Amino acid sequence: MSQYAALLLAIPLLAAFAMPLIGLVGKRMRNSWAIIAMLATVAAALLLVWEVLTQGTIVYAFGTFDSAQAIPFDSGGVPIRILFVIDAMSAFMILTAAIMMFAATLYSISSESEQSGQDGYYALLFLLMAGIFGMVSTGDLFNFFVFLEINSLAGAALAAYRIKGGVAVEGGLKYAFISTVAGLFFLIAVGMLYGQYNSLNIAYIASVIDFTGLSLVAVVLMVVSLAMKSGSVPMHFWTPDTYSSAPSSITALLIVSSMASLYAIFRIAFSLFGLTMNVVTVGWVIIILGILSMFIGVSMALPQKDVKRLMAYHSVSQIGYMLVGLGVGLAVLGDSQMLTQFGVVAMEGGIFHIINYALYKGLLFLIAGAVIYRCGTANLNDLGGLGHSMKWTMGFFIIAALAIAGIPPFNGFASKLMIYESVFIFNPFIAVIAMVVSIMTLASFVKVFHSMFMGPKLPQYEGVKEVPMPMLIGMGLLAVLIILFGLFPDLIVNTLVEPAALALIDRTGYIASVMGGI
Amino acid sequence: MIEQIPYLAVVLIAGIGIATILLKKNLIKMIMGLAIIEGAANLFLVTLGYREGGIAPIFTSAPGGEMVLPTVQAMTLTNIVIGFATTALLLAFAIMIYRKYGSVETNNIRRLRE
Repeated sequence: MSQYAALLLAIPLLAAFAMPLIGLVGKRMRNSWAIIAMLATVAAALLLVWEVLTQGTIVYAFGTFDSAQAIPFDSGGVPIRILFVIDAMSAFMILTAAIMMFAATLYSISSESEQSGQDGYYALLFLLMAGIFGMVSTGDLFNFFVFLEINSLAGAALAAYRIKGGVAVEGGLKYAFISTVAGLFFLIAVGMLYGQYNSLNIAYIASVIDFTGLSLVAVVLMVVSLAMKSGSVPMHFWTPDTYSSAPSSITALLIVSSMASLYAIFRIAFSLFGLTMNVVTVGWVIIILGILSMFIGVSMALPQKDVKRLMAYHSVSQIGYMLVGLGVGLAVLGDSQMLTQFGVVAMEGGIFHIINYALYKGLLFLIAGAVIYRCGTANLNDLGGLGHSMKWTMGFFIIAALAIAGIPPFNGFASKLMIYESVFIFNPFIAVIAMVVSIMTLASFVKVFHSMFMGPKLPQYEGVKEVPMPMLIGMGLLAVLIILFGLFPDLIVNTLVEPAALALIDRTGYIASVMGGI
Repeated sequence: MIEQIPYLAVVLIAGIGIATILLKKNLIKMIMGLAIIEGAANLFLVTLGYREGGIAPIFTSAPGGEMVLPTVQAMTLTNIVIGFATTALLLAFAIMIYRKYGSVETNNIRRLRE
């Protein structure tokens, strides 16, 4: 049994807790340790993803050398150990998180170099990543809650890292409040399921589930709490505050953590409950949340003056696309004809959009951070003429802005087209809203582009030059991936996205991977 | 009926906590509300595992008979630790906000939106 699943958690945790000690040696030593640990984590993640894609679902049992010990012979067929179940969907999320971790850590080395308290910064960054990796790979509900809390606490502390006269603390406080309330509701829902089925293992509960009224309450609590954490409407009010006050590299990672919460909604809806619940109703609830998020997010974004607040409202709007894509898949889960006709494509579009969104939204926030790093302000009314001095940043911005607006040949187009096509067959009205939102997104980014980069060189930004190399490498990697994903969408869809969508649909396969063909 | 009382208490305590968070304007009181919800979650978990007349789940020379469930107790313990960390972090934020703004009333903490 390969140990990559354990290493995926062990390396970031070790890196995090060793960071303050290594920081004592010196700044250079600490930065090298951060980069080495980051590369090791990313390597473990990529190897794990490779293993899942070639060999199928991996079940990793903690506390034993033999994964056949996942269900001990004398336990009466109940898994008692903490299990990690990494199927194609989890692998997909791990890959997304690993790419973003690589870009954000490299970027931080330069962008945070002037800040004090960097030991804590990198320690928390690795804790945040450990939380995200744990959330997307665990097969145990309570374990998920623990990783959710690790992720929330590290995320909140990082969001408040640059105090900025208390403003950032305000953003961090909101994030901490929302995620703690969400976490507690999730825990109560876990308790409800445990009380009925006497287990915390997702696969085991799924195999014995008998949908009662209490399970319905649990579903509602779980979906509500995770939707709160992922920042969809109606609990989106924290996203602009937290995303705009956090350091930009952290905002890019907070986006991945909101994706991990989104993943959990679908893991619970598809793998845990599946067809035992009324998928049409739950699917429609998710679709309506998605439509509202899309529309409210983009219309709130249009009048914003602070570039990071504007981008944060766009992230509310983009989450809507994923909710709609996967919600449509959920709503038609019971109807195999509709599922094959358009449901699978809608889900693939939604899942593909997760990685595309993380890439271009992460890149946009890193660009905003680069502009703030050089100019010291995020106010669109004050900025201007940066195209003369920050040519690379401008190029990356064009790529990311066209990608978020869904213009070919960038990656946003590929996934949005899949969503439009399939959702149009399901309900043309939703597809029309999605397209209108996309046009409004383009309008708002044209405005940002114009007021940040166009125009004559402003006297107050005379000395502004291009950002340092590590920041450019971090942003460049994301930009290259955006172009590659946009040019070869078929390749990505066939190797990564389609297995992920099928893994979500295949509930019996998920149960069998743990319970051994029951 | 009598065994339902803890569950009613859970709902009541969670309700008080949520009301505190929504109605109070003072940050410290809101954090207390959060701690109250956490107490409700802990009570709920422990109650789930309680068995009438059960003994502590220690198998070494156990006298036999029913035992209370150990898993939920472990979960409660974990949640207490997590709750400690959360409360500490939130209180640290409250101190920082008081230093910078001179107040912990949410009406005065509005610099982000300006």
